[in-house]
Amino acid sequence: MIEVKNITKSFDGRTIIEDISFTFEKGKTNLIIGESGCGKTTLLKVMVGLHLPDKGEVLFEGRDFIKMDAKQQQEIRKELGMLFQAGALFDSLTLEENVQFPLDMFTSMSEEEKKERVNFVLSRVKLEGKNKLYPAELSGGMKKRAGLARAISAFPKYLFCDEPNSGLDPKTAIVIDELIHELTKEFNMTTIVITHDMNSVLEIGETILFIHKGKAEWKGTKETVLNSGNEALDNFVFSSEFMRTVYKR
Amino acid sequence: MKLIYQLGEYTLLMGRVFRKPENWAVYRKQIIKEIYQIGITSLPIVAIISVFMGGVITIQAAFGFTSPWVPLYAVGFTTRESIILEFSPTIVSLILAGKVGSNIASEIGAMRITEQIDALEIMGVNSACYLILPKILAAVFINPFLIAISMFLGLLGGYVMGIAAGAVTSYEYIFGIQSFFETWKVWYAFTKVVVFAYIITSVPAYYGYYTRGGALEVGKSSTQAVVISSILILIFNLIITQIFFT
Repeated sequence: MIEVKNITKSFDGRTIIEDISFTFEKGKTNLIIGESGCGKTTLLKVMVGLHLPDKGEVLFEGRDFIKMDAKQQQEIRKELGMLFQAGALFDSLTLEENVQFPLDMFTSMSEEEKKERVNFVLSRVKLEGKNKLYPAELSGGMKKRAGLARAISAFPKYLFCDEPNSGLDPKTAIVIDELIHELTKEFNMTTIVITHDMNSVLEIGETILFIHKGKAEWKGTKETVLNSGNEALDNFVFSSEFMRTVYKR
Repeated sequence: MKLIYQLGEYTLLMGRVFRKPENWAVYRKQIIKEIYQIGITSLPIVAIISVFMGGVITIQAAFGFTSPWVPLYAVGFTTRESIILEFSPTIVSLILAGKVGSNIASEIGAMRITEQIDALEIMGVNSACYLILPKILAAVFINPFLIAISMFLGLLGGYVMGIAAGAVTSYEYIFGIQSFFETWKVWYAFTKVVVFAYIITSVPAYYGYYTRGGALEVGKSSTQAVVISSILILIFNLIITQIFFT
């Protein structure tokens, strides 16, 4: 479980997120949704320690990440996995080396155990047999799956996904969503997904935080998101013709 | 003001680079990769330039010494002094600043803009140490060998081309390159090589690491890295020369 309490962050005097509090539950796919530029990625970067908040707390099972020293933060980071928007795979390493990287760096596993783990996670993301390919040789969807494989290779407690299906065709996007959801259940992780894709929201949104203009505007689930009664959320959810037609708005 | 800011930022970065690595086995592999990337792949260009420059220095020296009071072995002596003192340690390092420096700045810059550095940080890896330390150690280790090869090939180029051009005889050239040899000049040359190796790797790494924006900025970082590294090489060349020669 991860709790964020009263998180505020500004850049050059401009407040990006303000006073955001939310609890991301263990074993669930927790979504952060909102329009582009609303502060979703900033919140995520604060949570993983890439940005220092102006105020507030980030608690990993009650442990305040912000107040920890660098060494303690490093220990927490070993429990994190993150899937970046474009995969962020290391260009100079093969797919296998990318996935094995966290294991090489932080575990004392034997080469055989590492290979076994790599093959296992690659098969979980349906990339078996692609071990020797370089990131440049992978398609967009494969890069996301490879990024996911690397993120889960050390069996993290917390999984962060930054717009995992952006730039993907609808079919591949659903595959990625389902994969994230399945892996969350399989490894009992606290998963946080940033998205503005309504398909993802309705598919995997077990808990949802809607951010509007840098503030936590609404909190709920995929069952309640369509009938929230919140004007800003309705504008976001029913912004497409498709959603308005299907849900008769 | 910007210079002071950048100097501070560079110092802080170096503070992060020279920390205890998370896993020496992984770093060892990286160092070997970098030795190949920085040293071995630079060998052809260094060899070609050294042979030709050695030849040119010999021919220029031979035709410059027109006075009958100057013995012909002075050609070999001048070639050796030029190559050991200046050409191989300084000019080759300037060439490497272009080749290796731009490569390092663009590699790390591209990693920055594609969030690969963020990925390392989130994993709990000290990205500065992991990306930069192996490059510095590799260059400081391999560049002296590269420059020693450059010195040998420069002298060989001078010998072959000097004789081919009829500028000097074999005996005079070999006698000249052995004359008035002082060991401290080799130490001076290799001190410069080690300092320049550090500059060639750490300065471009700094520019790459703090790249912000997109592909355009990666290009700018790369250019800036080469320009600043080259200027620093010239400044430190002067400082080290002043120290050794006084």
